[in-house]
Amino acid sequence: MMDGSKGFDDAKTGEQKIRNFNMNMGPQHPATHGVLRLVVELDGEIVERADPHIGLLHRGTEKLMETRTYLQNAPYLDRLDYSSPMNQEHSYCLAIEKMTGVEAPRRAKLLRVLMAELSRIGNHVMNVTTAAMDVGALTPPLWGFEIGREEVFTFFERASGARMHCNYFRPGGVHQDVTPDLLDDIEAWVPRFLKTLDDLDGLLTENRIFKQRTVDIAIVTEQDVYDWALTGPMARSIGFAWDLRRTQPYDLYDEFEFKIPLGKNGDCYDRYLMRMEEMRQSASIVQQAIAKLRAPDGQGDILARGKLTPPPRADMKSSMEALIHHFKLYSEGFKVPKGEIYCATEAPKGEFGVYIVSDGTNKPYRVKLRAPGFAHLQATNHLGKGHQLADLPALIGTLDIVFGEVDR
Amino acid sequence: MSDALQTLGEYIADRRPDCVSTWWIGNGDLTVEVAPASLVDFVEFLRADPSCQFTQLMDVTAIDYPERERRFTVVYHFLSMKQNQRICLHAGVREDEAIASLTSMFPSADWYEREVFDMFGVVFSGHPDLRRILTDYGFRGHPLRKDFPTSGYIELRYDDVQKRVVYEPVKLVHEYRQYDYLSPWEGAKYILPGDEKAGEAK
Repeated sequence: MMDGSKGFDDAKTGEQKIRNFNMNMGPQHPATHGVLRLVVELDGEIVERADPHIGLLHRGTEKLMETRTYLQNAPYLDRLDYSSPMNQEHSYCLAIEKMTGVEAPRRAKLLRVLMAELSRIGNHVMNVTTAAMDVGALTPPLWGFEIGREEVFTFFERASGARMHCNYFRPGGVHQDVTPDLLDDIEAWVPRFLKTLDDLDGLLTENRIFKQRTVDIAIVTEQDVYDWALTGPMARSIGFAWDLRRTQPYDLYDEFEFKIPLGKNGDCYDRYLMRMEEMRQSASIVQQAIAKLRAPDGQGDILARGKLTPPPRADMKSSMEALIHHFKLYSEGFKVPKGEIYCATEAPKGEFGVYIVSDGTNKPYRVKLRAPGFAHLQATNHLGKGHQLADLPALIGTLDIVFGEVDR
Repeated sequence: MSDALQTLGEYIADRRPDCVSTWWIGNGDLTVEVAPASLVDFVEFLRADPSCQFTQLMDVTAIDYPERERRFTVVYHFLSMKQNQRICLHAGVREDEAIASLTSMFPSADWYEREVFDMFGVVFSGHPDLRRILTDYGFRGHPLRKDFPTSGYIELRYDDVQKRVVYEPVKLVHEYRQYDYLSPWEGAKYILPGDEKAGEAK
């Protein structure tokens, strides 16, 4: 008691007056998952106020998108949340398809589901393991990254040519068909991945230290979900059965059988459990997608041939019109009818929405990217208040923040 | 889906004719144009009404139309998890005009409105903490306005002599290249080189 309450007269000088301590966390702190500067006001070790300063990774994506054609813009979507690139391309391509009234062929939709779920697995592996690292467990990233991310990237590379920034989903389908070999390898990978997932489960789920650091930390309530626009695992951890793949199905998700895990307590531990179970469900969707891709009705073209998509390479060798079309598509691009659209999909982190305003030309008039991380991060102050400083990394870890999408 | 939206649109327009100036369904989205003065009132109605229940504010953004008198269209996206519906609100504001903040109803509006303020310079009255959010400390201008150049005005680099980061006006090594691929046979607004002589020849 240094505040003079126990009769210490000499402790009553101005210098010894207890005041809250302001501290900078980041922007180069490993537990903030990127470049988050968190100004924290501390009373002892208790967080009184946490003010996230974001924007250190702001690249002006929305401004850049206004000066490029719709096709040139697609790669920017990969660079938002760089741990789940395909899911964001998904929103963008669906938005353009809806505006232009183009329907992707069945095989393309199946490939999109396959790749989106692989991305989801890659994202959750990264999140779960690094969040575990934030609270002191070093082994999960070492065990999980090899099979849960590196091999997934190899599949992406074999499908699209790029490991992370794939640009694989295109308005009207996907860029390239996959080889049967790739499907075989993904199928062989699934059980090996599930084995690793079980190992991670064994490391973390009943781990005493991990539970001490996450159970009852940063509890989300039902009202918080409404107030702070929480979606994805954040909302499901308190029992909201809300998954856009089910509630507002897109592509072929209504054909797939999968369960949506729900939590009860809304704390960091529930969010961890949620992601672990989602990975198992995604693995099952991957298996179903492979089976559907091999079925007779899963064969066929992977692009809705028309104004939005290039002609087959073989046609360009013999048809002048195909050659002209190819040239015009990759220079002038395609025009999108005047109008606007908000199209959202279930990205691993929550609802990722693309809002496009078109003025009828080949470039969008305005694009707004609704990133789940942006909404989740602003709840940091509300959720972290009253917790110990050491609980903030656990909170930020399970919020699933990637600065590419927060700052855009 | 579209029928349900149609019903919802008619219902909202019927219940609050004072707030709704016009509404339409485009690309499967219900959009309602609201007068900025009645925005808070209308949002309160959307949140509380049992057949709307738009309890989540998903996004706030703006669109810049420099040629319009009401230059900025502020766009709100709401989601109703209970009704499984979305709604989009448009509110036009002039450049010198403020629009009411929704932070008292939706805490999530805080950062969204800060972002719109940062990017467009739209002022939200009643916002508790209207600071810039995404741009640099001490940044000037509003980048997403149409009259703001994509290259910006200042650039920064680390100066090895002064041992610190210095800010300088943007120096482009070559002219900023803005390719216009729109076919000149349809819809180009500029005069093609040589076309200006066409009038003289007559």
